[in-house]
Amino acid sequence: MKETFLSLIAECIEREANDINETDRFRDYEEWDSLAVLSLIAMIKQNFDIIIPRKDFDSLYTIEELYNYIQGQKK
Amino acid sequence: MGARILGVEYYLPDKILTNQDIENQYPDWNASKVEKKVGIRQRHIAANDESSLDLAVKAAERLLIDFDRKVIDFIIFCTQSPEYLLPTSACIIQDKLGLKKSIGALDFNLGCSGYIYGLALAKGLINSGISQNVLLLTGETYSKFIAKEDIGNRSIFGDAGSATIISRSDEEHIGEFVFGTDGKGAENLIVKKPTAKQGYALHENEHPVIYMNGPEIFNFTIEIIPSLISETLSKNNRCFNDISYLIMHQANKYMLDFLISNMGIDPGKCHVDLLNYGNTVSNTIPIALKDAIDLKIITIDDIVQLAGFGVGYSWGSVILKI
Repeated sequence: MKETFLSLIAECIEREANDINETDRFRDYEEWDSLAVLSLIAMIKQNFDIIIPRKDFDSLYTIEELYNYIQGQKK
Repeated sequence: MGARILGVEYYLPDKILTNQDIENQYPDWNASKVEKKVGIRQRHIAANDESSLDLAVKAAERLLIDFDRKVIDFIIFCTQSPEYLLPTSACIIQDKLGLKKSIGALDFNLGCSGYIYGLALAKGLINSGISQNVLLLTGETYSKFIAKEDIGNRSIFGDAGSATIISRSDEEHIGEFVFGTDGKGAENLIVKKPTAKQGYALHENEHPVIYMNGPEIFNFTIEIIPSLISETLSKNNRCFNDISYLIMHQANKYMLDFLISNMGIDPGKCHVDLLNYGNTVSNTIPIALKDAIDLKIITIDDIVQLAGFGVGYSWGSVILKI
């Protein structure tokens, strides 16, 4: 997985980049909150021009799953 | 001939809920993060014995200091938290403001798009010759729908009332409108109970509770608003450079900052200020308009774009000449 994606995630969640792995379940981070959700939505729209419907988002658990979802949706 | 806004006022209830107050109750809650990201430091909360129509009446009393109340011949009142299911709040407001009896009065139920709709109704009433001077009021007390432990919504929403006079003028100052509706979004921002289907019944100690699916609302906003802004500009034969100032519904700072950067427009021409009010639903646009006029950010003859969006889903935008 691209390092840049991990650092984008780190920025959204406000967590150290070297403390983030692709197999992590991002909702388990202690920094995870409702603002982190908005940051993720904004980051994904800005960088990939994709809007993830809530029901799809709720079925994604790890950073890897999120990354793969975005790759599958890319226009 | 046309219609023109001649004055705007607003009223905020006395009681203030600060981020510090919330943090004192919930020490895990991060007040400074909320101020930085959501852009809200405090919000005003209506008293138990204060309703949306009371807030609108207080705003109107401020406005009517400078206007002859005898000329008002129509009241339109936007609220989603009416004091009563019936009668119409606007009828009670006619009496409270001591307006003449030979006037029209109606309520309409819309949230964050409500002010845009109100301007459209007022323009229609005036340009069709039905009315000369419309009093457009908004009043909202969402705080009464928010559960005590729902810190997310308590930190976002504030209560307020506003009053605007729209009058017949020699020149048209209220431009073309664009509206949109998608009822599929209804379930994402809703007060489900009391409902007619359960005889409006609530259990003992149960209160109406607002539910907001924040991420879905955010998705809706980033999908719809950029095209709403550009369609309204083109319908008015304008481009963003012609606009002196853009006032979007003040939902939260994070969302507004994102929209502004996503649209690639000059942040200096966009209103972002909910620090002391929070999201006051249909009041955010008239509050912003009044503040921008008072601060001389907007002056006579400026071209201003307004855009409201939210619960429904419902959205609308218009361009005004001040």
